[in-house]
Amino acid sequence: MNDMAAHGAVHDAHPPGFAHQFEDVQQQRDAGRLGMWVFLATEILFFGGMFTSYTIYRSLHLSAFITGSHLLVVKFGAINTAVLICSSLTMALAIRSAQTGKSKNTIIFWLILTMILGATFVGLKLRFEWYRDYIEQIVPGINFVPHASWGADAGQVEMFMCFYFFMTGLHALHMVIGLGILSVLVWMTAKGRFSPEYNAPLEISGLYWHFVDIVWIFLFPLLYLIGGRYPGS
Amino acid sequence: MSEQHSEHAEHVVPMSTYVGVFLALLVGTALTTWVAYIDLGAFNTVVALVIAFIKMTLVILFFMHVKYNKGLTRIVIVAAFFWLGIMMTFMLADELSRNWTPTVSSWDTLLPFLF
Repeated sequence: MNDMAAHGAVHDAHPPGFAHQFEDVQQQRDAGRLGMWVFLATEILFFGGMFTSYTIYRSLHLSAFITGSHLLVVKFGAINTAVLICSSLTMALAIRSAQTGKSKNTIIFWLILTMILGATFVGLKLRFEWYRDYIEQIVPGINFVPHASWGADAGQVEMFMCFYFFMTGLHALHMVIGLGILSVLVWMTAKGRFSPEYNAPLEISGLYWHFVDIVWIFLFPLLYLIGGRYPGS
Repeated sequence: MSEQHSEHAEHVVPMSTYVGVFLALLVGTALTTWVAYIDLGAFNTVVALVIAFIKMTLVILFFMHVKYNKGLTRIVIVAAFFWLGIMMTFMLADELSRNWTPTVSSWDTLLPFLF
């Protein structure tokens, strides 16, 4: 009890959200950031495993991968890329609002806008891509009917579509998890947890959100634009 | 305590930087889409990947604040990509070079004697 009392007396002046095992606020911030980057390093290797196997199969069956890529609609891939880039900007602005001491409502506004853009991405993907793929019968294992024109490549086109669904599917799963994280942030902001001195949860979740954006920056050209869209490709 | 506060104020990225990076990313997306419709042969993939790497670098440096962070964060990022490089290089080195070494016909005749 004496300890607690002494503790209160000494630490009253501490900034909110400051954990005592750290030397100062800056060290706490750096440690949180570093931890998140170590997690993102594992994510880079997680998605990297898929990118590596994609690269190998692409090098082995290039013509089938080009055929498969041409089954996808560039328009939706490009629109979704723009949607994600917008959501990265709004996420960055949410963090900036907290850093510059803007009102709770301003932070919540940017967070909700980020969530709407994220949900738009997943919604467009479901409605105009995966659903359409199902109708077009190019979903391996569920509804897949090879075109006669693919000939001997049919198996490898199916393989491309497997890569497409696994890579975009895991990316979309990350988006959905991101939406969950953002809802928690909205709740924390509403409770008045964030200030210019303490906004680590916002910044660290921002790192995750931007990382998911980066994955899509690579998925878009590799899946949709592979081998070119010009006549005769 | 107040001294510490000012000393540890977080670096705030200027609004103009965020908007500039945002516009650059949109231009990059338009550019990568447009280039795919032009026949550059094998360079289509190279151009697409170069643009993607530039976009990734912009996101990491500015949106993810790495330009303003300590060196330790950068070491983790560089290490992650270095390990990704090891994975890709070694797997491709194996996969792509499998047919490079032809079976020497004289070995076939030797095998029954060896085993």
